[in-house]
Amino acid sequence: MSIVLWTAVVLIGGAGSVLRFLVDGAVGGAASRDFPLGTMAVNLSGAVVLGLLAGLVLGHNAALLAGTAAVGSYTTFSTWMLETQRLTEERQHRKAVVNVVASLVAGVAAAALGQQIGQLIGLHL
Amino acid sequence: MLPRVDRREIAAIFAGGALGTLARAALAEAFPHPATAWPWPTFGVNIAAAFMLGYFITRLTERLPLSSYRRPLLGTGLCGGLSTFSTMQVEILKMIDAGAWGLAAGYTAASVAAGYAAIHLATAMVRRVRVRR
Repeated sequence: MSIVLWTAVVLIGGAGSVLRFLVDGAVGGAASRDFPLGTMAVNLSGAVVLGLLAGLVLGHNAALLAGTAAVGSYTTFSTWMLETQRLTEERQHRKAVVNVVASLVAGVAAAALGQQIGQLIGLHL
Repeated sequence: MLPRVDRREIAAIFAGGALGTLARAALAEAFPHPATAWPWPTFGVNIAAAFMLGYFITRLTERLPLSSYRRPLLGTGLCGGLSTFSTMQVEILKMIDAGAWGLAAGYTAASVAAGYAAIHLATAMVRRVRVRR
């Protein structure tokens, strides 16, 4: 519980949020008017990386910094839900359902894939 | 194809994201749980962040005069940093790996239902207050 560790959590959390904003903007762009692809890209890429970190079985501090702080702040649940709710408000029910179901199915698959890769890397380290 | 970068907007996202992440990480550290127990820290921050985001975004886009830095600070930064999708997915994966299918299904359904309801409720709350002229 050191000051240095928690300062790092704060700084990495800020950086992860900025990275999310940049990736969302780069992927979403004009297409995000129709479907929130930017958020989905952020969340799925984050799920792969966090799965990978889980597969590596890091120590406590490394998991806190790389997992909870970095990848945790990079991905977002709140924006995913907001975009889903706004789609239903616009009567885009099919897109709203796709946004939820595809994110969940691909999200768990992405995390599982990352975990497999992490375990393979762990075996060779 | 990066968007044009506004340094103050980036600083606002950084500040909000740092604060949200600190709160989420502190809760996760304070309330550790085994893989087959309900992940209250993640569930709590996600639903709270969804409610806050619904409130902030509806107020900022429909009720308040245009401001450049409130949305990046409170929405993209604070709520985005406070909530997490990846941790939830890895928690679900670990529940499935442990054979706790019911818990995995319940946690997934409850997160989506409560997150959606939180956005809906916060949005309705803001809209019930008539626009002041």
